[in-house]
Amino acid sequence: MKVWQYSDDINTDMLFPGKYTYTCSTAEEIKPHLLEDLDPQFAGNVGEGDLIFAGKNFGCGSSREHPVLGLKAVGIQAIVAKGYARIFYRAAINQGLLLVECPDAVEAYKDGDKVALDAEAGMITVSGTKFSFPKLPPEILAISEAGGLLPYTLQALKDEKS
Amino acid sequence: MGKTFAEKVLAMHSGQKEVVPGQIVIVEPDYLLTHDNTAAIIGKIEKELLEYGVARPEMLVIVLDHVIPAASEKTAINHQKAREFATVFGIKNFFDLGQGVCHQVMVEKCLAMPGRIVVGSDSHTCSYGAVGTFGTGIDRTEAAALLLRGKMWLKVPETIKIVLSGDFNLAVSAKDLVLTIIRDIGADGANYCAVEFHGNVISLSIDERFTIANMGVEMGAKIAVFPIDEVTEGYPCSEKAKLAKYEPVWADPDAEYMRELHYDLSEIVPVIACPHQVDNVKTVSEMEGLQFNQFMLGTCTNGRLSDLQIAADILEGHQIPPGARFLVLPASKEVFEAALNRGIIARLSRAGGVILPPGCGPCLGAHQGVLAPGERCLSTANRNFKGRTGSTEAERYLASPATVAASAITGRLTDPREIVEEVFK
Repeated sequence: MKVWQYSDDINTDMLFPGKYTYTCSTAEEIKPHLLEDLDPQFAGNVGEGDLIFAGKNFGCGSSREHPVLGLKAVGIQAIVAKGYARIFYRAAINQGLLLVECPDAVEAYKDGDKVALDAEAGMITVSGTKFSFPKLPPEILAISEAGGLLPYTLQALKDEKS
Repeated sequence: MGKTFAEKVLAMHSGQKEVVPGQIVIVEPDYLLTHDNTAAIIGKIEKELLEYGVARPEMLVIVLDHVIPAASEKTAINHQKAREFATVFGIKNFFDLGQGVCHQVMVEKCLAMPGRIVVGSDSHTCSYGAVGTFGTGIDRTEAAALLLRGKMWLKVPETIKIVLSGDFNLAVSAKDLVLTIIRDIGADGANYCAVEFHGNVISLSIDERFTIANMGVEMGAKIAVFPIDEVTEGYPCSEKAKLAKYEPVWADPDAEYMRELHYDLSEIVPVIACPHQVDNVKTVSEMEGLQFNQFMLGTCTNGRLSDLQIAADILEGHQIPPGARFLVLPASKEVFEAALNRGIIARLSRAGGVILPPGCGPCLGAHQGVLAPGERCLSTANRNFKGRTGSTEAERYLASPATVAASAITGRLTDPREIVEEVFK
């Protein structure tokens, strides 16, 4: 498991360039361009279970969901940041990608530190120090736990139909 | 205790007497806007659409505007799929390419109206706060789910109150104000919040309110909203507006705010946002003389009639210098035709302007005038992120139409106040 560390205000163009927005839409099309203009090393080296650590206002800018779709598809376990932009936050819930809002954990992290994440307990451990983070309200957590908004919606439609 | 605009609208739409910040409510938005991304949205739910249909076809508005006319076979197919979908599912509010940028069209066609909730798969859906609409951006998956189910959750936001006083000096405008606010509170200064504008709002035209509300998302806001007054009611769509049913909603005088800010418009000066963040704002006078390769006037932020008008007035009798380009994108067909009829388009063209179709143009970097490495662009758009509008080694600066036009005369950043006294004497 690797930790990819980035700064404040990482915007959607850095996460996935706007020029591809209308020509790439599936996870397979998105993956090679992930973080292309921020960190050219990322797309080729990211692995299942990796974490992203970042500063405030992560995902600001466009409403494009490509970054979330792509990060979920390459197996990012969670993003740990000081804060998130609103549309990005919602998009992550809609794809079932875990966002941890924990400024203290981000401050504590130094390159090479061992990190362990317990989503159920709402706890992240950075080099032996435990930090708790707020969990989503139950009705919103249900969307994420259903695997995202589309599976959740389809289940709801089935339930309403029967 | 009084209620804010957001609390009132969300209570009304969720069938509750009152709601409080942090509360999660279920609403049926009045409209869902999608654009060129319609093809990708319906592509997620092809099977389900056949089984369940569109929950509320009258809710959906499709405006093709992002890559128009199509720049490749792939983007042409996107448009084709959207047209076919609109026909098959009986989407009445389908606006094909050429009508304008979706946000301008939503207001012109009286779809975004006071007190309504409009969500759109575009971050600048917050623009409709200009006419008292609760407008906010969502992602494509959310749009797909809404098509199937017709309802969604929203969290009741806390609200920031911005109180305006005084009047702008000549050549200073709404863009300078909103960039100044973003400089002061930061690109996440209003994250998750509603922003309400109070005080001397009456002095701002709908065009100016549009510019400010449009950039709400650049400070992180969920919505950025203005009260309804005679300026709103006098907006060109008013005849249709009177026919459309709407309920003007505004905050109570004793509503509770998380933060209150005050701006005296007479103290605002021309500013620019420097690379590569919208909150990296400096005064024009500090940066004066900076040379640009490209000037861009238009987009959903500043492509309306008054924006084109002031630029044409400032550029009157001038030619942009050799080596520079000047792109003009009217925000809509209505704006384009009005500017055409008033001779504004001819004047901008004479000054060296290249008139692009009413749409998003090069703003998002997909086509029509993107930048080469090492180039610099001064634009009236809303974002200056690295890699947006072309090369990652290019630089984008954001400013008002007056600053862009004044600078286009010489190719170098110029304070429009130095020019306008001559223009408007």
